[in-house]
Amino acid sequence: MAEKMKLEIVTPYSKVLDQLVDEVTATGKLGEFTVLPGHAPFLTSLNIGELCYKVDGVAVSMALNWGYFEVQEDKIIVLVETAERSDEIDLERAKAALSRAEAALKKLNSEDMQFKVYEAALERALIRMQVAGKAARK
Amino acid sequence: MASLKSIKKRIVSVKNTRQITKAMKMVSAAKLRRAQENVVAARPYAQKMGEVLQSLAGNLEGDLHPLLEKRDAKKLLLIVVTSDRGLCGGFNSNLCKAGERYLKEQQGEFEQISVLTVGRKGYEFLKNRHTIYKNFSNIISKPNYQAAALLAQDVVEGYLAGEYDQVVMLYNAFRTVMSQDITFQQLLPIVPDDQASGDEAGVEYIYEPSVGDLLAEILPKNIEVQIFKAMLESVAGEHGARMTAMDSASKNANEMIGKLTLQYNRARQAAITTELMEIISGSESIKG
Repeated sequence: MAEKMKLEIVTPYSKVLDQLVDEVTATGKLGEFTVLPGHAPFLTSLNIGELCYKVDGVAVSMALNWGYFEVQEDKIIVLVETAERSDEIDLERAKAALSRAEAALKKLNSEDMQFKVYEAALERALIRMQVAGKAARK
Repeated sequence: MASLKSIKKRIVSVKNTRQITKAMKMVSAAKLRRAQENVVAARPYAQKMGEVLQSLAGNLEGDLHPLLEKRDAKKLLLIVVTSDRGLCGGFNSNLCKAGERYLKEQQGEFEQISVLTVGRKGYEFLKNRHTIYKNFSNIISKPNYQAAALLAQDVVEGYLAGEYDQVVMLYNAFRTVMSQDITFQQLLPIVPDDQASGDEAGVEYIYEPSVGDLLAEILPKNIEVQIFKAMLESVAGEHGARMTAMDSASKNANEMIGKLTLQYNRARQAAITTELMEIISGSESIKG
């Protein structure tokens, strides 16, 4: 069993990460999960959420937008629309997006087409703030 | 012979044109590099997406997803990806003509044909000839994934609602700086590669949630990625085409300036000669 896994995070704009890591935690469709080296082949879709990986005891978290997560023999491929490291997140922008989304949601009812769009925006903003907050505390 | 002044004027005006075409060439070259980088950067995503899709489709049992299902094709939607701006040689017109030919061929086979245009040039070319289903301008000059996703969602919704049974995308694929390939690509229904279903990798994946659910999420995403990729390729192609067009325009301007300068010098020489003749004959007559 290898001691480390290769983690690749790819977005439509670039390859965000290509690194050897010890442990990866992400939020899947059915909840949070952690992958350690030697995991069985596994494929799942990701919700808007946080991804956290550890290299030599140092944890790095990222905010992810929709994507999916594939494990093949000690290689993890994460395909996402956006991925931002905690120190890249613009907290002010996330806060602004949050209040915008909240205001918009108040006006709409849950059957509106737009409702889901703003709900997703709200979620994204919340996750960004959460991830950025973690970085600030460290 | 044209007067000195008018030739001079023309030289100045051609010089101005040359300045513009040169500047546009430089700008395009810079933009081309960035666009090319974008195409390269998007490639792994599209490729990985395709791999996952294949591995899923290979393992699929039971009912087909509606986006995979082959329908009795009666209504066709053609997506034409062009640029918003002109001055890029035959980039847009060649594509539009190819689209036009294709539509003529298909007219017999489909009951209804509609066109969705991305980019202003294609819209202007096709709007009087065909039913424009929808037009998306102003998203192509700066392609971003969100815009492509919106467009894709629109297309998928229309498809599921039965507004059309087959979707084909037409765009300029970026081959080299000098050349673009006019490409027809069938978007819907999605045709999985035959080879992939044949050789199943032998790896049993754990799927979470089920294969069907995953597929239902990934298939529309795949359309988004395909459209996004086409947009990026088209933009890179556009800048390449503009660069080439502007390069030859600058060359032509240089040639023109050379010719005009020659003409100007000849006219000047002629004027000097006549003036001299007049002076000499004048002084001769005084002497005489």
